[in-house]
Amino acid sequence: MDYEIVIGLEIHSELDTNSKIFCGCSTTFGAEENTQTCPVCLGLPGTLPVLNKKVVEYAVRAGIAMDCKIANFSKLDRKNYFYPDLPKAYQISQFDLPICQRGDVEIEVGDYKKTIGITRIHIEEDAGKLIHDSGEGTLADNNRCGVPLIEIVTEPDMRSAAEARTFAEKIKSILEYTEVSDCKMQEGSLRFDVNLSVRKNGTKELGTRTEMKNLNSFRALERAVEAESRRQIFELERGNRIIQETRKWDDDNGESFSLRSKEEAHDYRYFPDPDLVPIVLENSYIKEIEDHLPKLPWVRKKDYMEKWNLSEYDADVLTVSKDTASFFEKTVEACGDPKSVVNWIMGDISAALNEQNISMKDVKFSPGDLGELIGLINKKAISVSIGKQVLKQMMETGESPSKIVEKSGLSQMNDEDELKKIVLTVLEKNPQSVEDLKNGKEKAIGFLVGQIMKETKGKANPQVVNKLIKDNI
Amino acid sequence: MERISTIHEINDLINKKEITYKEVTNAYIHRIESVEEKVQSLLKFMPEEALKKAEEADESGNTLSPLNGIPYGLKDNICTEGYETTCASKILYNFVPPYSAAVAENLNASGAILLGKTNMDEFAMGSSNENSSVKKTFNPWDISRVPGGSSGGSAASVAAEEVVFSLGSDTGGSIRQPASFCGVVGLKPTYGLVSRYGLIAFASSLDQIGPITKDVTDCAIVLNTIAGHDKRDSTSVSMEKKDYTTFLNREIKGMKIGIAREYFAEGLNSQVESLLKEAIKTYRDMGAEIVETSLPYSKYALSAYYIISSAEASSNLARYDGIRYGYRTEEFDNLLDLYKKTRSEGFGEEVKRRIMLGTYALSSGYYDAYYKKALQVRTLIKEDFDNAFKSCDVLLSPTCPTTAFKIGEKSANPLEMYLSDIYTVPVNIAGIPAISVPCGFDREGLPVGMQLTGRAFGENDILKAAYAFEQATDFHKKRAVI
Ligand SMILES: [Zn+2]
Repeated sequence: MDYEIVIGLEIHSELDTNSKIFCGCSTTFGAEENTQTCPVCLGLPGTLPVLNKKVVEYAVRAGIAMDCKIANFSKLDRKNYFYPDLPKAYQISQFDLPICQRGDVEIEVGDYKKTIGITRIHIEEDAGKLIHDSGEGTLADNNRCGVPLIEIVTEPDMRSAAEARTFAEKIKSILEYTEVSDCKMQEGSLRFDVNLSVRKNGTKELGTRTEMKNLNSFRALERAVEAESRRQIFELERGNRIIQETRKWDDDNGESFSLRSKEEAHDYRYFPDPDLVPIVLENSYIKEIEDHLPKLPWVRKKDYMEKWNLSEYDADVLTVSKDTASFFEKTVEACGDPKSVVNWIMGDISAALNEQNISMKDVKFSPGDLGELIGLINKKAISVSIGKQVLKQMMETGESPSKIVEKSGLSQMNDEDELKKIVLTVLEKNPQSVEDLKNGKEKAIGFLVGQIMKETKGKANPQVVNKLIKDNI
Repeated sequence: MERISTIHEINDLINKKEITYKEVTNAYIHRIESVEEKVQSLLKFMPEEALKKAEEADESGNTLSPLNGIPYGLKDNICTEGYETTCASKILYNFVPPYSAAVAENLNASGAILLGKTNMDEFAMGSSNENSSVKKTFNPWDISRVPGGSSGGSAASVAAEEVVFSLGSDTGGSIRQPASFCGVVGLKPTYGLVSRYGLIAFASSLDQIGPITKDVTDCAIVLNTIAGHDKRDSTSVSMEKKDYTTFLNREIKGMKIGIAREYFAEGLNSQVESLLKEAIKTYRDMGAEIVETSLPYSKYALSAYYIISSAEASSNLARYDGIRYGYRTEEFDNLLDLYKKTRSEGFGEEVKRRIMLGTYALSSGYYDAYYKKALQVRTLIKEDFDNAFKSCDVLLSPTCPTTAFKIGEKSANPLEMYLSDIYTVPVNIAGIPAISVPCGFDREGLPVGMQLTGRAFGENDILKAAYAFEQATDFHKKRAVI
């Protein structure tokens, strides 16, 4: 291709605080319309905002995880515009002095690594939601008014849809690991705005960019980047100019359309909010947060490889989500057998999750339970195949493995005398196989073991059975 | 019953059991019924609720709080749960807040009895009460004259003895100027001393609620109740509570009283000037030391004030859009049309003038030249006062360049009206406290006010100086004849 694509992202993430940014209202998603509001978040005359300290803490956590400089002094500004979902007619945000600046996030795309610059992270309040299809005209749901957000702005450092997607996924993972946001994309907790331009390869100057707002899935992000870069190249190839504008991405039809051009852009008349005081952070406060920052995925990955000898692939897969990584770590703590834990999580558990289309968070049993299951197998109290059955029940009922084993009489048969009777009966019933085995056809032993397992409903200890067969032919 | 007029006098009579709370409230209700027609200071009058509370006060017999059973008025930009709070604006004509302002809560807890909501210039923008969208209030000393503004209704109601005290709000002089015009005491506290929670904002970085009373003792009593930290107001300052009444004594020997030469210059009415000179002499006679000082940047205060206050107002008043509450235009084609018509019809001329001025000052391309420059001036003015207070404890000045002017006299010329606040505005810009106390009457019998300005949180100094002056003079005892 003759063109280079230049992408910068603005990522809005709702913070996982219990209460809103400037009042005590709950931030729980999905409540009945206008039930999570108060005079402050409704912007009623005379009310005043009071900054939720947790919001500052969460933003600082995100900033540290993205290697930003945390500002000792930052302030909150008003962004003025009229819209029915904005009760005060201004959004409290941060303009020229954001809480975090100049960070770096490393991504790995295929076989290369790359650093994406973070320009800034600032805190702000979300707006409400307009409901147009109520049958009563347009209605406003103000539950979301004042839900805390951070906006992460990157440098124009990405060069492909794959890089944009990988970066976005990395940000999601960082926000989850630092417990800053639950990143529920279907609830709009994580939204992307894409700034994109194209330029001829080898050109230094940036082309004219367009902005696409509010993409709320990785797929939409990737597709929007691909389509918009194609559109811009197409226009340039035809000798047209790119107009600086905001475009809306229609994910259903896979195309974007113009919303407004720069000439119609708002003048937001930012100025410092006189109802709030500047955010002054001591270095000791920042250090305290840094010291208590939950372990980040790349740190955990390194740990897994060095401490527990996991392959890079296994370590990568386990650290994609914080829930999986935590489940993994706690299970290893419980049973001390990392290799088995990897096999179970990446094997049967992952398959079951995919099948049921749920995530690690929804699993009914605890890491302790899985540890116990692995312990039972390692102690030879049950066989691996029984273990798989037990796991199935654990997934269904959330009961502990020992309870399931006891209830269903699934304990492994290790007693030689007891097993010997069964072995002898099976050998008697299958003279041909016994003959084959005697003649050195090792494959026949598999058949015989299978028959014994069938008799014992899989409970026979396979090693004991093997030994007994060899001893008795 | 003979007319009684101050909180402390009422308390004396209550303690001697010569009067009941119900009799007090009844007396004020009757007074309102007889003079309100001429004064027009109230937007809302709640006699039944007040009487009920007065009866309760008599029954409980609780005399712990000096404000117990005292009827008062609240400026109509201070929220009262369940009662219209309109800012004297058409756009909020039907707004009933579901909460009370912090000061209203404090007063209610102290047992004070809300008797009415007082008239004001719309959204506290004005110096004459002529900008009220509801009605004009008249000066009890001469009903052909304005009571001042924007807390004109609050000052007039106290001067006319319709209430014992009232609260106003002061953004550029809105408590002190009407107090001066109406011959009563008005205090603008240090920014952050009194919670702004529930005060409908005009200019958030300048607004401050304060008492309007008959004398300095009452001022200290009311301030005791409304001052204090409120966690709902981020700009409210957390500090140890003072009992301001303990500073009221005549011992001001050695107190340094500063006179800024810029405040006694051209534009000052000669009668006001000579009364101020008398006041300075009174202080000298009491043993205070008079120090000449200078506030060189105060000449820029008015310009900076109109930029900062209008910029903040343009944002604060943007929420009145006809969507959720308040006035909404009858007919509209689309959302933009709804906004335009609602705001064009709902706001008065002066409010629209300030919104436009403020919007312009904040616009990109003009921000640096206006808003940013005004903030720089603000810093210089603060430094001016810091320097002045190195050599004195309080600053003495006129509250206003003139006495109350005639109704209609300045309403056609906003710039001339703005000059009425020339001595009061720098105090708000610097965020420091100032009190206006009566210091005499001009030849037409109109009251003249003296402004005493103190260091940040130096309310004790200015109250002390004001009290000493009051004890040495009789101006506060003279009553308006209506
Ligand atoms: Zn709320």
